[in-house]
Amino acid sequence: MPKPADVKPGVRRIVHTISARDIEHGGAASAEVKAELRALGVSLATARRAGIVAFEGEMNLIVYSIDGGTITVEAAPDAIELTFKDTGPGIEDIDLAMTPGYSTAPEWATSLGFGAGMGLINMQKNSDLFEIHSRLGEGTVVRCRIIRRDHEAA
Amino acid sequence: MKLAELAELLEGFVLVGHNMGDLEIDRAYAADLLSDVLALTDESTTLVTGLINPQVMRVADILNVVAVVFVRGKRPSDAMIDHAQRAGIPVVVTRKTMFETCGQMYENGVRPCRNRPMSSPESVGSSTP
Repeated sequence: MPKPADVKPGVRRIVHTISARDIEHGGAASAEVKAELRALGVSLATARRAGIVAFEGEMNLIVYSIDGGTITVEAAPDAIELTFKDTGPGIEDIDLAMTPGYSTAPEWATSLGFGAGMGLINMQKNSDLFEIHSRLGEGTVVRCRIIRRDHEAA
Repeated sequence: MKLAELAELLEGFVLVGHNMGDLEIDRAYAADLLSDVLALTDESTTLVTGLINPQVMRVADILNVVAVVFVRGKRPSDAMIDHAQRAGIPVVVTRKTMFETCGQMYENGVRPCRNRPMSSPESVGSSTP
């Protein structure tokens, strides 16, 4: 499990590297992200939202990226920020990719219960701020910010 | 109903969590599609599924599910059992089908989990199936 590092006062950064098509470990990094956030004192409800966002993003990196990518988690006192980055292939039409039910997942992914075309939408639903930037041939960056509501009942 | 009663009702057994027989099971969500599980469960639910893959227990862990019931005689792998033990999530296995499992659970007072509300007014899409 990667060790959290202090990047600026009060902000802990954890980076997970995800390999393309490594279905066996799919979701393992996200389960770790949730555990890491809990260890940093993040509430169960907030860690759960971050875990869902991480899982959907992690599976996207596994299923779609050419060479894998990274999940960067930054835990600040007021918010959790998750950034997913890959180097391709890039998304041709982001609006289409954000359409519920739209998916370009290959058969091997759908046969495992993924690729329902809800991943990006679920990431957005569980984030307070959601940004996606993509360029064909260059890659995709998804940034999700979750406001901490640590007063929420666990 | 209690976890131990649930296992008995389903003519199955508690595979993980023998010491958690008194755990209260009052809400459930049933699916074989993890995307749906991720989008539609709330945190106090029990997950009923026939899906066996490494992701199931990771998702259950992330979602804080109360317990997992594997139907149709599906047996989780050693890695899944190990994850359930580490995460403290009890596991029940039964030979009954998803339909029969859900029917019997409902008949005994278990109700659908409530879907989580939208995270913010800016979010799009619907959380209600």
